[in-house]
Amino acid sequence: MVPTRYRVATKRQELTDTWTLGLEPVDEPLEPWSPGQFNMLWAFGVGEVAISISGSEDDTLLHTVRRVGAGTEAVCALAEGEMLGLRGPFGSRWRTVEARGKDVVILAGGIGLAPLRPAIRQLLLDRGSYGRISILVGARHPEDLLFVEEMSRWAESPGVDVEITVDTASSGWSGHVGVVTSLMDRVEIDGSSVHGFACGPEVMMRFAAKALTDRGVAPTAIDVSLERNMKCAIAQCGHCQLGPTFVCRDGPVLDYATAQPLMMVRER
Amino acid sequence: MKHKSIRELLAEQPFFHDLRDSDLDLLAGCGENAHFRAGETIFGTGEPADYFYLIRTGRVSLDIHAPGRADIVISTLGPDEVLGASWLIPPYHWNFDAIAREETGAIRLDATCLRGKCEDDPALGYRLMKSFAQVIVDRLQRVRLQLLDVYGTPAARANG
Repeated sequence: MVPTRYRVATKRQELTDTWTLGLEPVDEPLEPWSPGQFNMLWAFGVGEVAISISGSEDDTLLHTVRRVGAGTEAVCALAEGEMLGLRGPFGSRWRTVEARGKDVVILAGGIGLAPLRPAIRQLLLDRGSYGRISILVGARHPEDLLFVEEMSRWAESPGVDVEITVDTASSGWSGHVGVVTSLMDRVEIDGSSVHGFACGPEVMMRFAAKALTDRGVAPTAIDVSLERNMKCAIAQCGHCQLGPTFVCRDGPVLDYATAQPLMMVRER
Repeated sequence: MKHKSIRELLAEQPFFHDLRDSDLDLLAGCGENAHFRAGETIFGTGEPADYFYLIRTGRVSLDIHAPGRADIVISTLGPDEVLGASWLIPPYHWNFDAIAREETGAIRLDATCLRGKCEDDPALGYRLMKSFAQVIVDRLQRVRLQLLDVYGTPAARANG
């Protein structure tokens, strides 16, 4: 698994600590990808980090990266024109095809909206295949909301509700305040014909999945994306192993019936 | 168009679904419709908790004033949600400000009237308390999740 060279074609600052890099191939491009999958981004001389694909534009792959440590800091510091190595795409995809014919409820928290964005774009491109689509988005503060302009466009699509909340805000914020699961109160669903997608911190996903199952959605009809310590990305090193499951190979997207017991496993 | 009675409006509220018809008959006598303009203060910190509200339309924020800082919105409430629990617990004073963020319609229930009926009929009081306990526990869970600050920088992944 030799990394392929990519060049930073575009760089957009989303938040104070988060950038979206548009990467174009220098060598042979990677294989086609599906929403939910991730690539290993190698900042030369620093190391590799696993980053979900947040979209694509023509030949450019988009990765939205939050600066949380040395690896992501090096990736976020890359300027337009600079190069990095890519391996991938790895892992499982969001089950958007299997959700056809159903209503869809999406719960995204913080940077978790980035891996879901390509799935949402796919749903909207195939709008007629789904019932009502509810997109519920949570963030820490109003200034931490990702893709605000794009969310406004999603909300203009017929049969699509976009609800946004933040955990805390000053009185100048006119939107909703509360945890993302509180937005479920605003969604009218028949749980038996809903497919749920959740992505964000694991604690948030547990509560999101509970909010969905409380409304009658089967655990097998809920997709969550686990974020664990992916290193090799080919199920060899064991860093992301949870029992018999390698998150890099079998995940990151798993149905909640499978993921729930794994989410109780403490990271070592 | 026929206006619905308070009794009919109470029966539509999910919060009251576990109460008996006879309970709603009693409670309706303590209720009235209330309307608030966007930006209007419904009640303020420290004021007597003489009412509680069931929001029918609009949105209400719960604000806390912290000296030296901008007012902080700790939660927002919308249709079918209960506004206010301080009427249940002595000394019956509000602990935050409630401000209508949009044109808001609500059913306002008189706390003194309700407390009196609950004292007279402890079984009604118990059923009402169970309904409030569910709301309070749900909100406690949400506050705990907010306190976790799950979107903060995860120290455990600081090498990522």
